[in-house]
Amino acid sequence: MLYFPKWLVTLILAICLAGVALTIPNLFAQQTVERWPGFLPKKQVSLGLDLRGGSYLLYEVDMRSVLTERLNNILDGLRDGFRTARIGYTGLAAEGDHVAFTLREPERIEEARAIVKKLDPDLDMTAGAAGAVTLKFNDVALQRVEQQIVDQSIEIVRRRIDETGTKEPTIQREGADRIVLELPGVEDPEFVKRILGKTAKMTFQLVDENAATADKSHLPPGDEVLPLKDGHSPPGAMIVVQKRVMVSGDTLTDAQATFDQYGAPAVNFKFDTVGARRFGDTTKSNVGKRFAIVLDNAVISAPVIREAILGGQGIITGSFTSESANELALQLRAGALPAPLVALEERTVGPDLGADSIHAGALASIVAVILVVAFMLVFYGLFGFFADIALMFNLCLMIASLSLLGATLTLPGIAGIALTLGMAVDANVLIYERIREELRGGRSLISSLQAGFERAFGTIFDSHLTTLVAGFLMFFLGSGPVKGFAVTLSIGVITSLFSAILITRLQIVSWLRRTKPKAIPI
Amino acid sequence: MFHPVVIIRRIPGIDFMGLHRLGFALSALLTLGSIVLFLVQGLNYGIDFSGGTLIEVRTPGPADLARMRGTLDGLGLGEVSLQGFGGPDDVLIRVARQPGDDKAQMQAVAKVKAALPPELDYRRTEVVGPKVGGELIQAGVIATVLALVAIALYVWLRFEWPFGVGAMLSTLHDTITTVGLFSLLQIEFNLTTLAAILTIAGYSVNDTVVIYDRMRETLRKYKTMDFRALINKSLNETLSRTILTVSTVALAVLSLLIFGGEVLRGFSIAMLWGIVVGTYSSLFIAAPILYYIRPRRASRAKEGEAPPAETQRVS
Repeated sequence: MLYFPKWLVTLILAICLAGVALTIPNLFAQQTVERWPGFLPKKQVSLGLDLRGGSYLLYEVDMRSVLTERLNNILDGLRDGFRTARIGYTGLAAEGDHVAFTLREPERIEEARAIVKKLDPDLDMTAGAAGAVTLKFNDVALQRVEQQIVDQSIEIVRRRIDETGTKEPTIQREGADRIVLELPGVEDPEFVKRILGKTAKMTFQLVDENAATADKSHLPPGDEVLPLKDGHSPPGAMIVVQKRVMVSGDTLTDAQATFDQYGAPAVNFKFDTVGARRFGDTTKSNVGKRFAIVLDNAVISAPVIREAILGGQGIITGSFTSESANELALQLRAGALPAPLVALEERTVGPDLGADSIHAGALASIVAVILVVAFMLVFYGLFGFFADIALMFNLCLMIASLSLLGATLTLPGIAGIALTLGMAVDANVLIYERIREELRGGRSLISSLQAGFERAFGTIFDSHLTTLVAGFLMFFLGSGPVKGFAVTLSIGVITSLFSAILITRLQIVSWLRRTKPKAIPI
Repeated sequence: MFHPVVIIRRIPGIDFMGLHRLGFALSALLTLGSIVLFLVQGLNYGIDFSGGTLIEVRTPGPADLARMRGTLDGLGLGEVSLQGFGGPDDVLIRVARQPGDDKAQMQAVAKVKAALPPELDYRRTEVVGPKVGGELIQAGVIATVLALVAIALYVWLRFEWPFGVGAMLSTLHDTITTVGLFSLLQIEFNLTTLAAILTIAGYSVNDTVVIYDRMRETLRKYKTMDFRALINKSLNETLSRTILTVSTVALAVLSLLIFGGEVLRGFSIAMLWGIVVGTYSSLFIAAPILYYIRPRRASRAKEGEAPPAETQRVS
């Protein structure tokens, strides 16, 4: 135990040195560190939002609405298909996650099955008694769709956030259908929330002037009634439009906020070539009629087509303020979200509070270090001093590990550091108490030291491991602040094992060699 | 160079086993009391778990709580509570969970912000929807249960099953009474408190393991020693270490409690209690319980350490 091979001494010293070197960048401002020459370590501990200030937003992708939309499309498709094939049915409706209907002639089930298969191969068809049929998406298809929708949503969210000019945003998937946004420096996430609050699905559809809006039950097939929110019509106004989409918003290449000829805020848009041609063709053959600009299932403008619009660009006027025009332009540029996002959680910390927290956390940690250091000096004298040196290296190693791992330091994380500093000397206490005991038991100096380190090791190992178990559980099951705490706690436990056992021992051994004492001051 | 202060020069002869019935009774009382408190009074759940809205604002001058309360009560958002937080110009506004879905929570914040004067500094805004709150409770309970089981399993593997049972019971006692303390004082119970409880579970068993380790050693050394005396001996021999370690951790936690700010207060209180009660339970529950469920004294060879002296002599 008291024999240290050269390589081990070198290794211990190298680790200590590396710990100190990797800690140093954290003592300087980020800008200063960036100017350092390339060979110096530059990684710093990244601060959590609770310390640097910023917004954390948790969204859920609303898969239900996607499912409902798809089911509704299937309803339309079935109606068409059954009409052409002259298959009689009753009670065709979407219910929750499935479509149900009843065949008038149950024996034609195979014909119906063929139509369904052609419509959407992902549908599972179950035939009940007396022609009752239910259609459901199979789980594999649902999962694939979910994966796709969430991936797409993350991409669109990223584009929208980038458009807002937020620096260093983190956008990540969490679980199956959630998206986490971390926006450092964003003090008021209202704008971000508004930007993400709409899917911004835009389509251009023709208005059906012949259908009366009041009479919903006698709607011509292929038409739908939508609320009209163009800023001039009374609230609650409705308008009938054709379901067929002339041109959809995903053919837009650009959108900008602008002003119309009366100086009212408006949104300018440009189609790509495909969209421009389609828009040109449709407007050419529908001069004098109205078309509807549909945004998220509401008609925001329904202008009369005065002449064919061939240039591939247009302007939306209506009930915009300059802010809402800006927002819509941004959303159109970034693209439509495939599904609505529901905000589940929002946490925003202002920069002042963050700075206060860093202050409080640092102060508490420093006081904790001073108290523990003083305590060890008082109760163990010179050996306490050795433990204190080890404690300092332990602190450096913790900070170095956090920097290396790119872990995020949160306020509970700082608490974890302070706490592990208190716990770290436990290993020293165990060893020293054991040495005292062995000395009392009449052993010689060297053999007492030997026995102290040897016997205490098992105990130290066991007692540290249980804390590590709790740390790992917190990391895997906890969220946000708890995770931050778990990281520092676990790292602290591991580094303190190293420092308390190896660094302390190395000091004691070299002290023994240097001074060859007759008694030890313990 | 330095002269260390030795608090315990000679191994004391405290009769812990003589006090163990008293300890058991006290612990039973504390545990039962905590359970009753939890069931009757419940916990003051922070918004992490209950869902709802929390806004911390700093007013330019000393805050006029009454006026702010009047303004916010008129919004029809249900229960709105205001309290000072740290300094006189810091106010913590808590809006109860809104009926309806997650969207309703977000709208409540907008309403509050619109109603309050514009010169306020919003230091912190937290909105947790009902969905996430429910999940966090679930994850928290699972984590705590798993921690207890994992610790018991570990101790069982490293020692023998009676030790595992003892460690689990004393750790359970520590976590339950910590929850009881939070119920009694109605301190906000949030995610950081949960982290504290898990840490307590890990830490309190630390003490227990040290004592068990010593008991195992003593069991090997003194094969015929009366069990009661054996427990007492082990506890007394480790007492100095117990006191010193508890002190260093307590020092760290105390500085967190005093200087760590409002946000960490709940955490620090939980930790402080956990350290004290964890030490107590190691001495008065974990150790004496082995008097009743005794580990076998003849099975030391399988521990993977040096075989007993007799066998060595034979070979």
